Amino acid sequence: MGKKLLLEHIDVPGIQSLNVYRQKGGYETLKKALTSMTPEQILEEVKTSGLRGRGGAGFPTGLKWSFLAKPEGVARYLVCNADESEPGTFKDRYLMEKIPHILIEGMIVSSFALGANTSYIYIRGEYFYVARILENAIAEAYEAGLLGKNIMGSGYDLDLYVQIGAGAYICGEETALLESLEGKRGNPRIKPPFPAIAGLYGCPTVVNNVETIAAVVPIVKDGGAAYAQIGIGKSTGTKLISASGHLNKPGVYEIELGLPVEEFIYSEEYCGGIKNGKQLKAVVAGGSSVPILPAHLILKTAAGEPRLMSYEGLADGGFATGTMLGSGGFIAMDEDSSIVKNLWTFSRFYHHESCGQCSPCREGTGWMEKILHKILHGHGTLADVDLLWDIQSKIEGKTICPLGDAAAWPVASAIRHFRNEFEEYVKQGHSIKDVKHYYRLNHLPEPVN
Amino acid sequence: MPKVTIDGVTIEVPNGTTILEAARMIGPEVAPPTMCYYSKLETSGGYCRTCLVKVSQGSEKDPRPMPKPVASCRTQVMDGMVVENNTSPEIHEARAGVVEFLLANHPLDCPVCDQAGECHLQDLGYEHGKSETRFEFPRREFERKDIGDKIQLHMNRCILCYRCVKTADQVTDCRVHGVMNRGEVAEISTYIEKSIDNDFSGNVIDVCPVGALTDKTFRFQSRVWFTKPVDAHRDCVKCCGKVRLWYKGNEVLRVTARKDQWGEVESYDGKTGWICNTCRFDKKTTADWTIDGPSKISRHSVISANHYNSLKALKATIDRQKDALPHGEKVTLGHGALDPNNESK
Repeated sequence: MGKKLLLEHIDVPGIQSLNVYRQKGGYETLKKALTSMTPEQILEEVKTSGLRGRGGAGFPTGLKWSFLAKPEGVARYLVCNADESEPGTFKDRYLMEKIPHILIEGMIVSSFALGANTSYIYIRGEYFYVARILENAIAEAYEAGLLGKNIMGSGYDLDLYVQIGAGAYICGEETALLESLEGKRGNPRIKPPFPAIAGLYGCPTVVNNVETIAAVVPIVKDGGAAYAQIGIGKSTGTKLISASGHLNKPGVYEIELGLPVEEFIYSEEYCGGIKNGKQLKAVVAGGSSVPILPAHLILKTAAGEPRLMSYEGLADGGFATGTMLGSGGFIAMDEDSSIVKNLWTFSRFYHHESCGQCSPCREGTGWMEKILHKILHGHGTLADVDLLWDIQSKIEGKTICPLGDAAAWPVASAIRHFRNEFEEYVKQGHSIKDVKHYYRLNHLPEPVN
Repeated sequence: MPKVTIDGVTIEVPNGTTILEAARMIGPEVAPPTMCYYSKLETSGGYCRTCLVKVSQGSEKDPRPMPKPVASCRTQVMDGMVVENNTSPEIHEARAGVVEFLLANHPLDCPVCDQAGECHLQDLGYEHGKSETRFEFPRREFERKDIGDKIQLHMNRCILCYRCVKTADQVTDCRVHGVMNRGEVAEISTYIEKSIDNDFSGNVIDVCPVGALTDKTFRFQSRVWFTKPVDAHRDCVKCCGKVRLWYKGNEVLRVTARKDQWGEVESYDGKTGWICNTCRFDKKTTADWTIDGPSKISRHSVISANHYNSLKALKATIDRQKDALPHGEKVTLGHGALDPNNESK
């Protein structure tokens, strides 16, 4: 049984409420931080812990915090990115819904460490009911003197607000989030300057994912060194994985980083194997934007080693034979799934969510979606597959924000690993009814570059 | 002062200069093309991605190359930076990709577009584009809109460069238009029931790189290359009064601001020469103006093909080439070869 840090008390009845949360040791960490630690000490603990951003990019949190500019007389902000909109990712919702106080405690501790007196939780518009849960929890915290003026008698003031987004995936990109928070159109900003220098209202700002901020609580509680003991190599601590797709037990799991993928999929403790006794065909390991991998490459690396659930483990082999941990949206597909159909769904999403600011993404995402739709309906040609490859290569790395990359990578990886399935669609043309008759596990291709 | 090397040419530039501005200081040979960047408008640029360049050395201190191509208009130079623009094949390919994206949904209605001949997208298409499109789906379409009585918005042609939005923000005192919707269907639009009605609103026509915003008083009057540009001025209480008149015969067909070699409105003593709507729309007779002389038009522009200035430049080049021939050989040109109106040559 892996160690649980965030979801330890998830099954306790009434853990949503402040009282039950405090009975289980809640806000003790905050007390410790405010009474016995300086902001610098907290920063040191976070650095020692090796915590990395849980939103997808995996940037070391301690380093991000240390970049925060601290000019005299200028406000600093901490913004929690709860705009979780990546298809296949639902871990933040689970955490905020079930145990909202861990996020609030993490926000207070982190704000104290960063010297912020106003902090925001920017939550996705579709999570309006989660926002209500957070609002209630914040009201409880204010009432108990855990927020507002002079928190726990320490002399530290903090105001915490929840801001609901208006339904745009792009607002999960940190600078677009800040624009939206300022009340503007949610377009990503051109960097530099980075938010650590000029973020919200032009002031130094740190933007962190929900899970990252929640993880600060156990780090401060037990010390960064203890946190760094968990996990493997540079992937320290635990990670929430949202498992979905053709699994016997889909759901949110807290794993110790470094868990073998095979164990995660097949063990009874986690997903319990593939539904209806079928075989695994492919996995999207970190949310819809990371490259899809066929079963043989997700279970074992190209070198034949067992693949591990960690930042480095999943990235082993680069994009040719590897993928990314991303935000931990683990989508498993069984042998009867159609990769082309699935890819079209993803592409449709990115087409819909592109902000339209820079040309490769604005025009390219729509173009790819149209071609995929054409191939899926049996009107495609072999040249269309090459064209798709060419379009994605002209989007990747050419855009302002990573949405362009996120739209390009799934297309690139699907063609790289499942090109013959695309060709099958092209060859069968109009007569194609159900993909399972044409594509099975028995001819898994070698990856091409 | 940082030193930067662009396509092998090294130049020292003031702190905070962008790669694009440094390249323009060197000259048009190394300057990347731009569609959305406009040096006179703050925070412009970064959207179209045509000015992408490769940074093969970040700086003297940190010589690592940048992992991805960067938008030169928004990236500041560092001391010892090495930039590849025209010398990099991958940048050429990336730029061709961007042109293809820009043209994917752009209507190919140049024959009936007023901007043809002075359209930046046309130039870019000739330089970096392909002769045929691979985009085989119906192009997106919008209704044509009149915004105000003098300006027409043809959203189909728009490439969302945001220049007009920034012009309205920074030159006029009240912006009433902006970008609505997102992604592929994002469009420039005004607040409902409001039109652009401001003394300086006409400048959005000048900054538009394509034919999305056109001057209604000039619509379908003439192809630009049949008109003769002449610089002129008048005393105007609202603006600098320095304009370019576009003549056909003795008639002034339209009035625009004067533009520099980058296609941007010229500056006078550090101030950008935006012109007011009175000068632009209401002063359309020669009597309103004091003529300064013929405008300088680049010899590469189609407008110059019918233009007196170009003839001199053309002759000078031919003479220079003749002089360069060994042994004093003489080249004889056919009758009328130097006459730009002579279609047969």
